[in-house]
Amino acid sequence: MLDQSAFDLRRYLTGNAQTTGVFVALIALILFGLLRYENFGSAYNIASFLNYNAMFILISIGMCFVIMTGGIDLSVGSVAAFTSVVAAYLSPYGIEVALPGGILAGAAIGLLNGFFVVAMRIPPFIATLATMLGAKGGALIISGAQTVSIDWTSNFTKLGMEKAFGIFPWAIVIVALVAVILWVVLEHTSLGRTVLAIGGSEDASKLMGLNVNRAKFFVYVLSGGCAGLAGVFLASGFGAGQPLEGIGWELSAIASVVVGGTLLTGGLGSVPATIAGALLLGLVFNILNFENGRGTISLSAYWQMVIRGAFLFIVILLQSRMSGPVASPKEN
Amino acid sequence: MSATEASPAEKGVMQIESFIGFAKRNGGLIALIAIILFNIAFTPNFLHPQTFFVNISQVATIAVVAVGMTLVIATGGIDLSVGAVMALAGALAPLIFTSSFAEAYPMLGLAAAFVVPVLVALLCGLFNGSLVSFLNVQPIIATLILFISGRGIAQVLTNGNLQTFSHKGFSYLGTGKILGLPFQGWLVIAIACLIWWLVHRSLFGRYLLAIGGNETAARLAGAPVRRVKIGAYVLCAGLAGIAGLIVVAINSASDAARIGNLMELDAIAAAVVGGALLQGGRAPIFGAILGAIIIQLVKYTLLANGVADEVALVAKAGIIIAAVYLQQGRKE
Repeated sequence: MLDQSAFDLRRYLTGNAQTTGVFVALIALILFGLLRYENFGSAYNIASFLNYNAMFILISIGMCFVIMTGGIDLSVGSVAAFTSVVAAYLSPYGIEVALPGGILAGAAIGLLNGFFVVAMRIPPFIATLATMLGAKGGALIISGAQTVSIDWTSNFTKLGMEKAFGIFPWAIVIVALVAVILWVVLEHTSLGRTVLAIGGSEDASKLMGLNVNRAKFFVYVLSGGCAGLAGVFLASGFGAGQPLEGIGWELSAIASVVVGGTLLTGGLGSVPATIAGALLLGLVFNILNFENGRGTISLSAYWQMVIRGAFLFIVILLQSRMSGPVASPKEN
Repeated sequence: MSATEASPAEKGVMQIESFIGFAKRNGGLIALIAIILFNIAFTPNFLHPQTFFVNISQVATIAVVAVGMTLVIATGGIDLSVGAVMALAGALAPLIFTSSFAEAYPMLGLAAAFVVPVLVALLCGLFNGSLVSFLNVQPIIATLILFISGRGIAQVLTNGNLQTFSHKGFSYLGTGKILGLPFQGWLVIAIACLIWWLVHRSLFGRYLLAIGGNETAARLAGAPVRRVKIGAYVLCAGLAGIAGLIVVAINSASDAARIGNLMELDAIAAAVVGGALLQGGRAPIFGAILGAIIIQLVKYTLLANGVADEVALVAKAGIIIAAVYLQQGRKE
């Protein structure tokens, strides 16, 4: 993993039983959808599916980096809600201000997470739980617990509504760009290697002279920034800042990362497999909607929750079958 | 002569030192006394019995769940599903005692309304514990499945409807009084004493703490690691089920979408404020009760003094960070 020097697709498909599983499952589900539903492969369905899932892909990638260091970021959902409100308030100044403003607001909360974890040595679970409550409170305070509407004449709404080069929504283009950059950072920079090394063994990484603290700050700021950008998409896509959104997003992001084959103990992880995991979980919903649309079954939102949980259960079962019993995280 | 004169001074120093040690060891208790004194001075009607009863009835559910969470945290795990399990148990009970069976056999129906939901909750715990013990699934992920689908199952069962009822026998759980004090308060004390005995006086408790301290060592020493871990999750879920019944009994209504919402966070926060270490190995049962009381009183203090709900969230975040930071200091 560490001395990877060139792109090798085969490695992603065969290198690790857990990442293989997610790609195989994703391809199988796509084939199933294509064969069963007429409009499944339509440009409209693909674009709207990706547009809706862009936010979840983003926070999943950020979460993947945090989890690779053996940490966790529970604050992402609240941060996205918070930055959607910030972006909505900044939208009159145009997209040039609102977009970086939202990202910076998220990164600032990420910096606070990094401070709690690195400087105060508070366990990531607790530190990010606290910023989750704080960001949720902050979003409700500055918005007065109301959605913050965005002026439709502002060019900010173009981000969520208009298409780049007339093909794909801007959100998808930006997420693809972020994903490629972070993929390169993880696989080809010393920072990325440090992130992986910390998850392998933090003590060993320190002894090797790696800048562990800097890398840990980096992953929390990155995760906060990704959640910040997701909040900007949320605001522009719905035309309003949404202080009450984001509940449970952290758990879908964790699920995407785990479905993508990453262990919560860290030291292992891949950007493409995480994206595949997020797409897989999103696709289950997309297919359920198609089934509903056909009128063959009538599933309420409640059933969808049950099926989503059952699906997660199946993926976990398959993973533990394929990889054999994994080492317990508490073998210290 | 000097010896006899120095000894009172030495005694004084020793007393101060032991007081500082006492303060460090009992930070929670001191915080509680400070909050109570603040309320007596500034909050109108704080000493009114009605205020006392309101606080007891609100703290009871958090306390019951926090005691169970403490057991799971003691094994180095975490249980995110407690809120969903509460919703499941809380949705089941009214379904049972309003059924035609309960109309025909009132006493049997009432007994079933208490027993069946708790049994279902225990099964949820068995599911969580089995995933953690037999498949080595990380606790966050294992309990994430029920976190997602448990509330969905509850909503499927009730069709998402709000169930209202008036049932004297069942409501005793929420509104009954013994010696003038709410029944739930006595229930919390009974549960806490029972679980304290289990942790500190039974073989199960000895194994539980050993596993949390060092799982490998406990296994090598012959502890039945799997059974004890499953036991912790089963007890945690069972207590969550009881808490779900209490909430429904207090409100004389059951709304599967709201019962136990965000309870996992309150319970984790109470356990940690009460002195549980997320790495495991400690199970301060009465600490968890103390933590629950502190969190409830802070919430009450802010609301009673006109501070908005949102700000109370931020305050809760601050308490969690402060409590864990002080713990870290104590360990080093």
